[in-house]
Amino acid sequence: MNIIVCISSVPDTTSKINFTNNNTEFDKNGVQFIINPYDEFGLTKAIKLKENHGGNITVITVGDLSVEPIIRKALAIGADNGVRINMNPDDGFSTAKEIANYLNDNPYDLIIAGRESIDYNGGVVPGMISELLNIPFINACIDLEISERNANLTREIDGGKEMISCSLPLIIGGQKGLVEESELMIPNMRGIMQSRTKPLNIIEPFENKKSNKTIRLEKPPVKSECKFIDGDNVRELIDLLQNDAKVI
Amino acid sequence: MAILIYSESWNGKFRKSTYEIASYAYELAKLSSVEVAAFSFGEISVEELEKLGKYGVKKVYSFPKINKSNNDFAVRAIESISNQYNTVLFSHTYTARMIAPKLSIKINASISTNIITIPSNISPITVKRKAFSSKAIETVEINNDKVILCVSPNSYKLIENNESITIEDLNIEEETENFKINKQEKASGKISLSEAEIIVSTGRGLKGPENWNMIEELAELLNAGTACSKPVSDIGWRPHSEHVGQTGKTVAPNLYIAIGISGAIQHLAGVNSSKIIVAINTDPEAPFFKAADYGIIGDAFKVIPEMIKEIKNIEK
Repeated sequence: MNIIVCISSVPDTTSKINFTNNNTEFDKNGVQFIINPYDEFGLTKAIKLKENHGGNITVITVGDLSVEPIIRKALAIGADNGVRINMNPDDGFSTAKEIANYLNDNPYDLIIAGRESIDYNGGVVPGMISELLNIPFINACIDLEISERNANLTREIDGGKEMISCSLPLIIGGQKGLVEESELMIPNMRGIMQSRTKPLNIIEPFENKKSNKTIRLEKPPVKSECKFIDGDNVRELIDLLQNDAKVI
Repeated sequence: MAILIYSESWNGKFRKSTYEIASYAYELAKLSSVEVAAFSFGEISVEELEKLGKYGVKKVYSFPKINKSNNDFAVRAIESISNQYNTVLFSHTYTARMIAPKLSIKINASISTNIITIPSNISPITVKRKAFSSKAIETVEINNDKVILCVSPNSYKLIENNESITIEDLNIEEETENFKINKQEKASGKISLSEAEIIVSTGRGLKGPENWNMIEELAELLNAGTACSKPVSDIGWRPHSEHVGQTGKTVAPNLYIAIGISGAIQHLAGVNSSKIIVAINTDPEAPFFKAADYGIIGDAFKVIPEMIKEIKNIEK
């Protein structure tokens, strides 16, 4: 089974956000980059599927040279080979188009992407790839079992969940539940050594056509100071919520 | 530039977010003097379809035989009516997250999600969206005549604009192909978190899953959804579907009550669009107090029963 895992390099979840270039770009200075958490659940799931079913795991990412550490990390955790498409992933459509273009010429049975990346939170790339490759799309996927060429999946929906069966190839947008937090893996020394010699192909973009452009980035308005209420006077809180804030 | 909106339903009734997106569409339509049309999937009564008129929709295309969960057919159905429209709007629900990106490819539209305002310019569309898990607001310019916008639930108010509405039934049927929906299950909470106006959320300060009765009672009294912090869902005290924060759900209710949650940056990212935040914590140094509008430094086991008592008092 050929498993493709789409990963993206994002600022660590604890990062403070600052901007540069006249407030049009995220300031990467001093920021630690990690594998997008949604993608990391997917990568771990891919490794578990490989343990049970055999196969090959390719991690693919769109980005410049600065994203290679996360590809090496994915290889150290257990992916077999990496692909980097040499383009800034600053627009969902062009990112999806480049990945789909690569997959048109390469074998795949299962594509695992994250539901969204925690930087720009677009959440559009996996759905676009599914349409470009004309394969089924299961988003917000929280469970995935494969038997032969069939998959049983569970996805989250508004107000509940849905169980689906469908045949390969397919693409999912994954999230926690696909594997548990406790199942995430830390690369060991052997993995790190091996990752240095695993293949990493660099591919130049095919089209690089973008429609969406960031005009400005700003921080959300700062909240006014917290008003403290005495724990023995809960009535005051309820009164403020009812008559001042008018939310109950 | 005529506008088409997705009127999403659940158990035969339109969601509140559907009326929000209709109100948003009506405002946007006024900017260029055009009308708003809607499309709907699944069996919906005429009486329910007509409710869209109250929020300014002039026409609704109803696809009673299409299940929105079968996203390939849903996309084909929308494509069949999309020719005369160059703006398609969704509320940014799970269904929209499935359908809208696929639709954008099908109809050659550009898409932007997590939108929180009406566009400041319509040619090209220039609009604000949440990014970096609500730690930033991005203004994005979309250079395409055909545009799909997904607007965050609870970011736009309901505005009534009574219009007479026409209904067009389109009996496109699904073919059973390589995709089968076997079962649906309802989530634990009674109210969907993305649409809840009030959310009662709890952290490790609650000490154990056996202590949630008072939380559920408070939520029921306030007609609120229940949520939790990441550690609470990781330990298994509450289901993952209740986890709010950077890697869980992002919510934006009118009132978010955080009980026994310290307020790690990853949690705050998922909730800081809430209009009013109340934090209840024994630790005066809890970071949540910096993000809150109202705070009580105190023991949840004392404060929550008091809150329940006081709310029952007003209801009398």
